[in-house]
Amino acid sequence: MSLLNAKGPVGADEANILVVATLIMLAIILPTMVVTLFFAWWFRASNTKAHYRPDWAFSGKIELVVWSVPFLTIVFLGGIAWIGAHRLDPAVPLDSDKKTLRVQVVSLDWKWLFLYPEQQVASVNEVVVPAGTPVQFILTSSSVWNSFFVPRLGSMIYTMRGMTSQLNLMADQEGTLHGLSTHFSGDGFSDMHFPVRAVSDGAFIDWVQGAKVSPVLDTASYTELAKQSIADAPRTFGSVEPDLFRRIVDQTIPKGPGPTQGAENGAPPNVKPKGGS
Amino acid sequence: MLGKLTWSAIPFDQPIPLVAAALVGLVLLGIIAWVAVAGWLPYLWREWITSVDHKRIGVMYVLLGLVMLIRGFSDAILMRSHQALAYNAPGYLPPEHYDQIFSAHGTIMIFFGAMPFMIGLMNFVVPLQLGVRDVAFPTLNSVSFWLTATGALLVNVSLVVGEFARTGWWPAPPLSEATYSPGVGVDYYLWAIQISGVGTLMSGVNLVTTILKMRAPGMSYLRMPMFCWTALASNLLIIAAFPILTATLAMLTLDRYLGFHFFTDEAGGNSMLFMTLFWAWGHPEVYILALPAYGIFSEVISTFSGKPLFAYRSMVWATLAICLLSFTVWLHHFFTMGPGGDVNGVFGITSMIIAVPTGVKIFDWMFTMYGGRVRFTTPMLWSVAFLVTFVVGGATGVLLAIPPADFVLHNSLFLVAHFHNVIVSAVVFAAFAGYTYWFPKAFGFTLDEGWGKAAFWFSLVGYIWVFTPLYVVGLMGMTRRMQHFSIAEWYPWIVAASLGVIVMMAGVVCQVVQLVVSIRRREELRDLTGDPWDGRSLEWATASPPPSFNFAVMPHVEGEEAYWAIKQRAREQARLREEPDYEPVEMPLNSPTGFVCAFFATLVGFAMIWHIWWLAALGFAGAFATFVVFAWRDRIEYEIPAEAVARINRQNRASRLEALQQARRKEAA
Repeated sequence: MSLLNAKGPVGADEANILVVATLIMLAIILPTMVVTLFFAWWFRASNTKAHYRPDWAFSGKIELVVWSVPFLTIVFLGGIAWIGAHRLDPAVPLDSDKKTLRVQVVSLDWKWLFLYPEQQVASVNEVVVPAGTPVQFILTSSSVWNSFFVPRLGSMIYTMRGMTSQLNLMADQEGTLHGLSTHFSGDGFSDMHFPVRAVSDGAFIDWVQGAKVSPVLDTASYTELAKQSIADAPRTFGSVEPDLFRRIVDQTIPKGPGPTQGAENGAPPNVKPKGGS
Repeated sequence: MLGKLTWSAIPFDQPIPLVAAALVGLVLLGIIAWVAVAGWLPYLWREWITSVDHKRIGVMYVLLGLVMLIRGFSDAILMRSHQALAYNAPGYLPPEHYDQIFSAHGTIMIFFGAMPFMIGLMNFVVPLQLGVRDVAFPTLNSVSFWLTATGALLVNVSLVVGEFARTGWWPAPPLSEATYSPGVGVDYYLWAIQISGVGTLMSGVNLVTTILKMRAPGMSYLRMPMFCWTALASNLLIIAAFPILTATLAMLTLDRYLGFHFFTDEAGGNSMLFMTLFWAWGHPEVYILALPAYGIFSEVISTFSGKPLFAYRSMVWATLAICLLSFTVWLHHFFTMGPGGDVNGVFGITSMIIAVPTGVKIFDWMFTMYGGRVRFTTPMLWSVAFLVTFVVGGATGVLLAIPPADFVLHNSLFLVAHFHNVIVSAVVFAAFAGYTYWFPKAFGFTLDEGWGKAAFWFSLVGYIWVFTPLYVVGLMGMTRRMQHFSIAEWYPWIVAASLGVIVMMAGVVCQVVQLVVSIRRREELRDLTGDPWDGRSLEWATASPPPSFNFAVMPHVEGEEAYWAIKQRAREQARLREEPDYEPVEMPLNSPTGFVCAFFATLVGFAMIWHIWWLAALGFAGAFATFVVFAWRDRIEYEIPAEAVARINRQNRASRLEALQQARRKEAA
């Protein structure tokens, strides 16, 4: 189960919380299930050995236990929730000797755009990060909501237009991981998945150099990219117009246009996959 | 003239919805033709369609709920079988159709399956348990029901005329705004929910008034059966929460129709506002459904254990605690929007706290069985299965309330499995427990136990079979609403879940067969006493089906378990109570107001969806005129003479006396 087999520190901590909380609750619910079935079976009408107490309907001692057990469980799990909510807040930077890599993420209809502000490159439907380096994702959307999630790395976060969210993740080792959108965003939603390639530091520099020769991402090509399309093949951009991400967030660049034609017959037109996938 | 409506709105190129709708249409037409030929239309009109009797309305609500549960289940079959065929393949439903199916599944199951079922049972049972003759506002009750039916009709019309929402069962902006959903799908959703929502709100007002103001003499709050308490809590939540939904959807309607910017993320609008408002209704809604379910289990477990409910007062406190706390949990729906540690921590804890009173209830039901004589009838089987499976759903709910766990499980199939785990085991199991338990009260004969138990076992096994794989595949990172996928390790689990659907389908079939077989065997299954289960509350003190006035004379309540005390005394003294002095009873006249209002409301909804403004105006005018005509009525009640009341009551007394003497003879032998 991939969530329990995390490839990064955030996911590992979350898997740990999942397991511990599940064990605590199993300690309560398993006995409850067994005792329920036992009571039902033992006190069956045909069992003459069971003592019938037709008027027994209250016991202060039992009530004390009945209220205390769930209460104490929740006090304990509430502690985990409170500490976990702070320690694993997606906006909190990760500890590391290495300098954090910043990646800006824009969800479009229906693909992902990754901008590397320091490297001045960008990619669509593929994100490449150096393994062992903390990555700070800053996310927004050009149109509808999506949610950015790489199950093996941990925490997901929503992308929303006109707002930014932050997510700090790190991949422990090299490898290709599966990333996807987890918030339904329309007809092309199921193809909003992307490979996350965690590579060595050297390979990352090589990838950036390789991307440099790609076309430019400026207002015109972004506007083209923001139109609806499904299953775009991964590709890169060699340079990025300055302030592009800020302008997407500020909405000084037009939003994703949605379906291109009107809807005279009540149903919007359908966009067909471009290939890839 | 017809707004946006043209022939192209009918999806001639999509065989599945068209054929399905044609079949349903033919069946409906067939039934209407059969009824008309048999000459039953006047009877249906007089006794059911225009009825303001809370029992008849309750039965119609439950029937609507049953039909819509099957309709929603057919969507589930499509979804699961499609996904099983969609590994590295397009499946058989294109995205624009698949998106409508899952949106319709959620909408129908919540608003038109579960809600009418629960409201129907409350409508039928609460006045009987309180020992009164009807709800506070009988005609309003009929209006509520027919408006709910209007909503259900509009959702189903969207199958053949236009499309349904492609946004999921909560139409979250910006996706649901006109820019991204220019079709009529979201409009169908909005008008169907708005119209039925008015019905639900009025139903809430009606039941709260009934419980607070109309109890039998001596029926103090702390003598009310548990089901009345949970009905009270549930309807208080309806009154508090449904206006939020109405306002939220009205804002979205203004955005879509008049270019407002409440949720557009432009000109000061904010889409997050929709989420917070929607879930401020949405999470209490979970408890609006669950609370009456808890009430049903309380009645069933106590009756079939032959004991009073354990720790009744504690249960009352737990019910009221859930009622209040349900408004403190909604924020856990957006832990993953990055609200920060403090907000997430606080709402993680409040979401967990609601598990405390729920846990108390589980333990108290358990101790209700302790020291009892448990009879494993079908309603009791549903209840025990609920106790055992619900705790799993409760535990995964507490797990999801821990923010870091939600960070990886939000929107996953684990979450889908969780809420089906709680809603199916609480609401659906309770619905069928309540249906089997009160069916003999409504119709005078019990349901066939053999088919009922078969339905139970298939449903239970199917339900575990479907949702266990979804828990697992959610832990593998699979998210909900995927039209196709390409991850090999998810595939076997998706196939396994689909096979489980076949088992569930067997359960549904048995449930239908049970009803048919029982109707055919009704003379063997007849219950003349009105008390087939050895019940403890007042609904069992009158005949089955109860006369239109419910009780010949108002019962006097002298303690908890009003009917049990009466019955015990009768058993000890080997005779019934003294025959009362009969008086004439005044009952409200039937009225077509509800049906006519709903007819006009359907016009309004359909016209607004298709921008046919003149028809909408006509519909509004017609609905208002109907209301004015009703308000100006001269006669509101009719009188049942004392002799008729006496005759009906004596019949039932004779049956009860015979049953009592039979029991004595058996004891003596």
